[in-house]
Amino acid sequence: MRIEIERVAKRFGPVNANDDVSLTIQAGAVHGLLGENGAGKSTLLRILGGLLRPDAGRLRFDGRPVALDSPADALAAGVGVLHQEPLDFPPLTVLESFLVARPRAARAGGGARALLPGRGRAAGVFLPRRAAREELLALAARFGFSVDPDEQVARLTLGERQQLELLRLLSLGARALLLDEPTTGISGAQQEALFSALRRLKQDGKAIVLVSHKLSDVEALCDRVTVLRQGKVAGEAEMPAGAARLVALMFGKALALPERLPTAGDGVALALEDVGFGDHRLDLRLARLAVRRGEVIGLAGLEGSGQRLLLRACAGLLRVRRGRVAIGGADLTGRPYPAFLRAGAGYLPADRRREGLIAGLSIEEHVALRAPRPGVFLRPREIRRAAERAIEALRIHGRPETPVEALSGGNQQRAQLALLPGDLALLLLEQPTRGLDIASARWVWEQLLARCRAGTALLFASSELDELMRYSDRILVFSGGRVSPPVSVADLTLDRLGRMIGGELDEPAPAPAEPAAPARSDP
Amino acid sequence: MDDGGELLSLLATALAASTPLVYAAVGETLTERAGVINLSAEGSMMLSAMVGFAAALTTGSVLAGFAAAAATGALVALVVAIGGIHLRRSQIAIGFVLAMLCADLSSVLGGPFVRVPGPTVPAMSIPVLRDVPILGPLFFRSDPLVYASYLLVACAWVFLYRTRAGLLVRAVGEQPAAAHARGAHVTRVRTAATLVGGALVGIGGAAYSLDFKAGWSHRHTAGYGWIALAIVIFGGFDPVRAALGACLFGVLSSMASLGQSALPSVPAQVFSVAPFALMIVVLALTSSGLLERLGALLPDAARRPLLRAFDATPPAALGKPYPAAADGAEARPRGADQGTK
Amino acid sequence: MSPEPADRPGSSAPRSPGVRRAWAAWPGEVASRLAPLALALAFVAGLCALLGASPAAVAAALWDGAFGSADQAARVLATLAPLLLCGSGLLFTFRAGLYHLGVEGQLVLGALCATGAARALWPGLPAGLVVALCVAAGALGGVLWGALTGALHTRGRVSEIFAGLGMNFVAQGVVLYLVFGPWKRPGVASMAGTEPLDSALWLSTLGGTELSPAALLLAALALVGTAVVLGRTHFGLRLRAVGLSPEAARVLGVPAAREMLAAFAISGALAGVAGALQVLGTFHRLLPNVSSHLGFLALLVVMLAGRRAALVAPIALFFSALNVGSLKLPMTLGLESSLSGVLQGVLVLLALLSPWKARVGRGGGRPEEA
Repeated sequence: MRIEIERVAKRFGPVNANDDVSLTIQAGAVHGLLGENGAGKSTLLRILGGLLRPDAGRLRFDGRPVALDSPADALAAGVGVLHQEPLDFPPLTVLESFLVARPRAARAGGGARALLPGRGRAAGVFLPRRAAREELLALAARFGFSVDPDEQVARLTLGERQQLELLRLLSLGARALLLDEPTTGISGAQQEALFSALRRLKQDGKAIVLVSHKLSDVEALCDRVTVLRQGKVAGEAEMPAGAARLVALMFGKALALPERLPTAGDGVALALEDVGFGDHRLDLRLARLAVRRGEVIGLAGLEGSGQRLLLRACAGLLRVRRGRVAIGGADLTGRPYPAFLRAGAGYLPADRRREGLIAGLSIEEHVALRAPRPGVFLRPREIRRAAERAIEALRIHGRPETPVEALSGGNQQRAQLALLPGDLALLLLEQPTRGLDIASARWVWEQLLARCRAGTALLFASSELDELMRYSDRILVFSGGRVSPPVSVADLTLDRLGRMIGGELDEPAPAPAEPAAPARSDP
Repeated sequence: MDDGGELLSLLATALAASTPLVYAAVGETLTERAGVINLSAEGSMMLSAMVGFAAALTTGSVLAGFAAAAATGALVALVVAIGGIHLRRSQIAIGFVLAMLCADLSSVLGGPFVRVPGPTVPAMSIPVLRDVPILGPLFFRSDPLVYASYLLVACAWVFLYRTRAGLLVRAVGEQPAAAHARGAHVTRVRTAATLVGGALVGIGGAAYSLDFKAGWSHRHTAGYGWIALAIVIFGGFDPVRAALGACLFGVLSSMASLGQSALPSVPAQVFSVAPFALMIVVLALTSSGLLERLGALLPDAARRPLLRAFDATPPAALGKPYPAAADGAEARPRGADQGTK
Repeated sequence: MSPEPADRPGSSAPRSPGVRRAWAAWPGEVASRLAPLALALAFVAGLCALLGASPAAVAAALWDGAFGSADQAARVLATLAPLLLCGSGLLFTFRAGLYHLGVEGQLVLGALCATGAARALWPGLPAGLVVALCVAAGALGGVLWGALTGALHTRGRVSEIFAGLGMNFVAQGVVLYLVFGPWKRPGVASMAGTEPLDSALWLSTLGGTELSPAALLLAALALVGTAVVLGRTHFGLRLRAVGLSPEAARVLGVPAAREMLAAFAISGALAGVAGALQVLGTFHRLLPNVSSHLGFLALLVVMLAGRRAALVAPIALFFSALNVGSLKLPMTLGLESSLSGVLQGVLVLLALLSPWKARVGRGGGRPEEA
């Protein structure tokens, strides 16, 4: 199936997520969609998958204009989307999850045929378990996946769930497959199986769109690549195009970095020793990290690669699985969150509206909540004065009684900064300038660097390479289920950082679980 | 022989006591599997019992009584569906208020019917089967309503686990967003499950007032609705286990009479709270992960059946409105921005 | 009952963050509050007409039943006391975002512990001291029950709704056991309860009515205290933060589980005192129906009040008057006294469904917590 995207645009508030995007995806080819976070890849994918309706522009499938009102519409038109977190049903069995909301006469292999021909209406009421099982197993065998139809989905690995979803889309007659970062969080063997399946599907004439952040994936699989930047098509390239060219397209021209006076001082603010941390899908290890007072450490990587987990582990909100965590010389391993707070750790989550601030409370109520030594009674006048001071010091556009949800994103970030105690040993930030305009972002960084000069160590996760390069002293790169050792910014270029994020961690961490991508040398 | 007979009659009584609960618990299970909490069961059952009895009395037809009761239960569920699914208000709050309201309404409307003799479901033993030793007296010497409850449990199981619609109900209760992405109409499925579940709760009420304890008095079914809700959890949101839970409750409450003679120091009424004590223990064991930790000490072969038998994990989306409160355009599902073209 | 000191000069004076919004009442809001009331009244009037009674006559009978005589009015105020106490307790749990249906059981356990204290301590100690200790024992019993429910929720991760409901029935079971077992009246065990307490332990009432001024005073103090704690203390603010967003509150350093547990315990203490007062002031014995569903009625009151302390008092008074006034309906008009419950229920239901007001669900309420 050939997919033509013609001048598609989609806005979210002030943000142009897709701005006049046009591209053509050929049948029988793998088309890569590259770009950094927020470049508009996901929006485009959601539009193709029927989850979003574009504000302007149109789609043609095989030359026919289509209007997609729902994911079901998209699937009926032959487009199947494989989301990063598969849309399946963990408590159900594999077979049941395969069968949920399956149309009565599901098409297999493109041709229309009933699963249970000749059984009359009863077949429409009951689940066609046997037929579906046979179909599922046959499909799985064709692609060399091993599938146990009676296993609970919750017990599968992400890679297995992804395989299952792929088989389901194929069994429903998908002629175009859209894959969103499919190699995040799956093992090397699973990635091999996925890639060989995709190559096979390409030969069958399917159109395949691979949305990825990883250059190695794109280089291994794609025939053609479109790079998006800030919602626009930044360029297209036939593969192999060379990593250098792709990085240049993704991140634009390398900016001249302004001189930053080093703020790192003496004394260790944060010490991590052989820590292991993770969640239900990631299991990361970091051999050693000692952060000096006033030092700035950037955490680079595709979002969801574990940066947030490390920040939360350092903040005391996530218990490390192994190893030791010490802040300002005090060993805090296994201690509760308040102990971390007392030791001088501060944490600002990326989702300000849901995690960082409490929607429904005003600025002054937040100030009162953060009061270092609260008495029994609220002292309204003092609180008001403290709030006014904070508002003035951080130039927040709001009044003490303004509810935080009424503030703009930049002002919410300022409010978050205002709520931090003055003498932090360690400040942990997720996407500190997300959603801020350039002036606000610069201003926020001035505040942060002022804290560094006062001796606070900074760990921040960002998806903006510029920001990472400009403000960090050292950078940890998260990619493919691994963390690189800290790399000094002096040894990095924008280009090399981009490739490290793309999976080329030069110096592998000691004992990686399974390298997601084989290290490649520059062609 | 004597002992055996006594035990059999005790169990038969227990089954009779559990029939209203079987209907109500299976109905509520269906609703909760779709991700909706209908907390109104206590009031809904009471009102349906009253309406069912009144309808049967005035028309002279037991069947009409059951139809009226089912309609009443569905009507109450409709309020929950409108408020909790479509208007996305708290299902807990609406259900609780309805529980109170319907109980009072049953007293107000049921005044003329208090202690009036009325029709009941006629007894009907099943030929041949009734003469099977043990099973016969236990299961097949009662009335059509009881037989229908066996059928209901089987049908509910088949529906949930063997039909397309049942799978959809479970899917919607677990991951409504994923079900929506596959083309399911989440609110429609949930509304249907709520209405059908409510109708079954209503039938459960009528099973009380037209069969188990025929007649009507103030707060005739008091406590039964709450017990049905407890049994749903105790039964791990499975219709068969819920029915077994209802039977366990029947046994406990009919042991009250037996217990009185055996343990005179324990008052009969204490047995009626046993299901709640059990529910709390089961809930605390399963939700805190304690059971899993205990199970880890057992060999694998013993662990999985144990965990499955006591599993009371609620459907992941139970009580959560869908679509969730809109936060931003990005998070909003398809249906929400239909108007913006 | 205003938590806002009247002597604040000028409008520039800073108001306490917590209560400020509770006091903002504008015309639109008043209208949106009255609309459900009008609809509920219309519904009940229709119901009365259906049952063959003139709505006007019902209204008159209700008024007469509630305020027709000093005795009746005193009874309204006597019923108000436990409603206010339970309502105050529920304000804490609602503020922390919890649907606490266990208030009934806490009240019952308070009554139970008060009776137990009376049985154990009388006549060994002076009457006044025994009464005080009974109230304290009631509070303690409620705290125990509240803390158990809270621990089930915060430690055992059981939905607070079912934990509360379950604990209600367990409390009921314990009372039944005692009334029909160890504490039964010599000779007969019945639903009428235990042997009455010695009249020396009865709370003194106002001129032969049922109103115990001490109980009402205690209840009023509880409500004012609740308004002050919720509106003007750091604890109240922390509870509000937990109720609005437990995750964010945690990041900001609020120990969410501990504050929830505290809310459960405080609501238990207040409901327990209500139970003790029911025993000492109203029934003078422990009986299975000691709660008279007042805990659940208090839930309705707080839901209708939109969790605002200032509105709890008038609504509780209204509901209490309805309850007492309806007691005469069977005699005068041949209607059931539950009619008051129908009016209360419809009123709260309509307020919940009201399109003008989504505020009832605000300030917490995390139905997703299972």
